[in-house]
Amino acid sequence: MIEVRGLVKTFGLTPVLRGLDLNVARGEFVALLGPNGSGKTTLLRILGALSRPTQGIVRIGGWDLPAEADYVRRQLGVVSHLPLLYDMLTAEENLLFFARLYDLPPETRREQIDMLLNRVGLRRRARDVVRTFSRGMQQRLAIARAILHDPAVLLLDEPYTGLDQDAAALLDDLLREVAIAGRTVIMTTHDLRRGHALADRVAVLSRGKIALDVPTAEIAADDLPRLYADATGAATTR
Amino acid sequence: MTVNPTGPTKKPAASADSQTVQRRPLTPYMRAVGAVAWKDLRAELRSREMITSMVLFTVMTVMVFSLALELDAEARKSTVVGVLWVTVVFAGTLGLSRSLAAEKDRGSLDALLLAPVERSALFFGKVIGNLIFVLLVALVLMVLLTVLFNITLIEPLLVLIVILGTVGFTTVGTLLSSMSVHARARETLLPILLMPVMMPVLISAVRASSAILDDLPSSEWIAELRMLAVVDVVFLLGAYLLFGFVVEE
Repeated sequence: MIEVRGLVKTFGLTPVLRGLDLNVARGEFVALLGPNGSGKTTLLRILGALSRPTQGIVRIGGWDLPAEADYVRRQLGVVSHLPLLYDMLTAEENLLFFARLYDLPPETRREQIDMLLNRVGLRRRARDVVRTFSRGMQQRLAIARAILHDPAVLLLDEPYTGLDQDAAALLDDLLREVAIAGRTVIMTTHDLRRGHALADRVAVLSRGKIALDVPTAEIAADDLPRLYADATGAATTR
Repeated sequence: MTVNPTGPTKKPAASADSQTVQRRPLTPYMRAVGAVAWKDLRAELRSREMITSMVLFTVMTVMVFSLALELDAEARKSTVVGVLWVTVVFAGTLGLSRSLAAEKDRGSLDALLLAPVERSALFFGKVIGNLIFVLLVALVLMVLLTVLFNITLIEPLLVLIVILGTVGFTTVGTLLSSMSVHARARETLLPILLMPVMMPVLISAVRASSAILDDLPSSEWIAELRMLAVVDVVFLLGAYLLFGFVVEE
């Protein structure tokens, strides 16, 4: 479903991705780990067609990015550490705006928005402006926004940033029950245990390349910090 | 699609020869433009951040000029066009810099760029929202100048010139604002970028406004009016072609 070969991305003279290879099968969930500055967000921005690769092949569903990005944008959902929402619109208005932008059928729009708000636990706050929402509530609404158009591919860029433990646990449930089922997912995170618990595979990005790529079924969660440290050369891990 | 955990050695589902994701059409152009404009108007009607700062700046500027030229009717007449356009440009710049900055700071610019819509549709949606706010401020300004300067500015030809000038200003302002929004000193950068590019609009608008206000025959201002219209078309076309490159990373 996602195919990346020899991906290079440089900003000016600084290389961020240096010949990265990654394949993600349809329906697979890959947790992308790596230290700050290793290129996780850059990779996700390229997969989201928000950034152009300097060199290499990037395909989603067989379509080349960025040249054929228009064909796959409707199949992409993105949740980032920023909410990507309008804080002066209500939760309902935010979803209504994105429903219009994705040209969802007008006759089912309201129904779909109500259903999603219900599933992310924000039905009662539907008419409140997003500015009044807690970080956790904003992130739940961001997930509703990302899956509103039922994308085949979900890109999650450190979605747990800024969440307390309760909000993070709630987001876990939400991701499992609502967002990731039946979708191809790549999630960047610094939380090794969470990445191991949610994903089918963990890939560690270090110095612009995949330094470790292993199915979670083949490693114990307790072994991941050591493997991560070996892959990144980190002195300490969580 | 079903969940299918696989290892890293599993063959990718996609290949160069097979498209496993169906090609889907983009959202119709005008629907996307309308959605973006609706969103901007809705958010601004609720927050009133942009319009409040622009209107306050306008009122203060007109008040200062009005007090300074209170006893000199001749000076008021000779400066009114300058006051009109200086205020439109500075109040407008204030609003335009906020319009894109809000999108950038909350990450919502990325959300717009992720959507299956043509880049230029996003741009024209933003332009329509900005244009409505700047025109509203221009209208308030013309009423204020009419009342405080005792010079009638609310007349069809002057209104037409203000509309044409504002279209050009807002188009190029929105485009340059989407460029400067990534810079740290964006509030400073936008006026620096905007002023030289705006000169053709300003020169034509000021000359045509002055000529109409002085009751000169149409032969004195028609060329400026045409020039204003042509510059607007060039700006709109240029922005249509360039916006995609401007927002590309």
